[in-house]
Amino acid sequence: MNPSVVRLRERFGAAIVRAEVGWGETNVVVSGSVLLDVVRYLHDDPAERYDYLSDVTAVEYRDAGLPLEVVWHLRSLPYRRFLRLKVLIEPGAPLRVASVWSVYKGADWLEREAFDMFGIVFEGHPDLRRILLWEQYKEGFPLRKDFPLRGRFSRSEQLVQALAANPEARYSMEELSIADAFEDLPVDMRGRLVRGEKTGE
Amino acid sequence: MGLTSRPQPDVITVDPSSQDGWVTTRLDFLVNWSRANSLWPMPFGTACCAIEFMATAASRFDLARFGMERMSFSPRQADVLICAGRVPFKLAPVIRRIWQQMSQPKWAISMGACASTGGMFDTYAVVQGIDTIIPVDVYVPGCPPRPEGLIYGIMMLQQKVMRERMKDESLRVEMEPDPRSNLYIPPSVIDELSEPFGNSVNQTRSSV
Repeated sequence: MNPSVVRLRERFGAAIVRAEVGWGETNVVVSGSVLLDVVRYLHDDPAERYDYLSDVTAVEYRDAGLPLEVVWHLRSLPYRRFLRLKVLIEPGAPLRVASVWSVYKGADWLEREAFDMFGIVFEGHPDLRRILLWEQYKEGFPLRKDFPLRGRFSRSEQLVQALAANPEARYSMEELSIADAFEDLPVDMRGRLVRGEKTGE
Repeated sequence: MGLTSRPQPDVITVDPSSQDGWVTTRLDFLVNWSRANSLWPMPFGTACCAIEFMATAASRFDLARFGMERMSFSPRQADVLICAGRVPFKLAPVIRRIWQQMSQPKWAISMGACASTGGMFDTYAVVQGIDTIIPVDVYVPGCPPRPEGLIYGIMMLQQKVMRERMKDESLRVEMEPDPRSNLYIPPSVIDELSEPFGNSVNQTRSSV
């Protein structure tokens, strides 16, 4: 078992729900209320130094009685350790956990993906919006077990909505490569970009 | 030895009774023949079909034999849209815009099972056949098709081009969606997406 677990138990006590080893990797289930403190401790403490967040994702089981798990993969490059943190969200409870963006900036897109696919709200995330699907997507969260494989809408309705979506409607000026050539754009287009008008929605 | 005047090189004399240098043909045939043998493809490769398409374009199968070696990565200068691979719904407006940006005459080849029908990806994310978005002339079956298959499809398209009549105006009618519907994308938006583009300001205009 990863030696960090002992120190986590000393420090956080009952908030560390359980720890187990599976396939040689240590999984630690923590209470959602202390998650950000745990991650910050693991990142900052000189004896831990988990400086690399390699993934944020979630697991929902087919058994509706089992809780949904939000999973963080932490890696300590100096100590060559791997630790998997989990927070359990009981069925019916709101899908809200703390964002670790304040500790790992790389969590930005990982949390956006988990939000996009599962609908988990990461509190404290600076810019939580869809990342894989387009932002006007209305059918829900595709990796949830209650989501039908072919989506909720008819094929024709899906196509109408997809074609009506303007892929660049929500991009900010900074995100568009067009920003470099702003001065060269036609006057009407410059005006629309400055006013932040959204088209195609 | 007497001096004779040399023949003037810039004067061509044609014997009216001779048939040298003359050919009569139907204009349809001549235009179609030149079009069919210089189809510039717009490759829209999204998946493994694009790998086969690259093999088709490379030296072993040599698309240059069909006058197609010039990949036109600008839709403005392309004749054939070759959709190689699955198209997710998020790409649907993109391929539609590329099709709208291509100038007439234009044709489309749907390469592979996914582009033609959605293939095995019968899911929430994938368009079930690109003919729901753009008109398709030739469907090439396979998963992915071998280069021979794509070349056969290209040759079928060439045959189709050879059968076209200039008189038939319906061939060039663009099925523009109703401006009141959600499908309609105004030309200004198309312009906006395509700018800046290339090294010329004028080639980005969607004006007819």
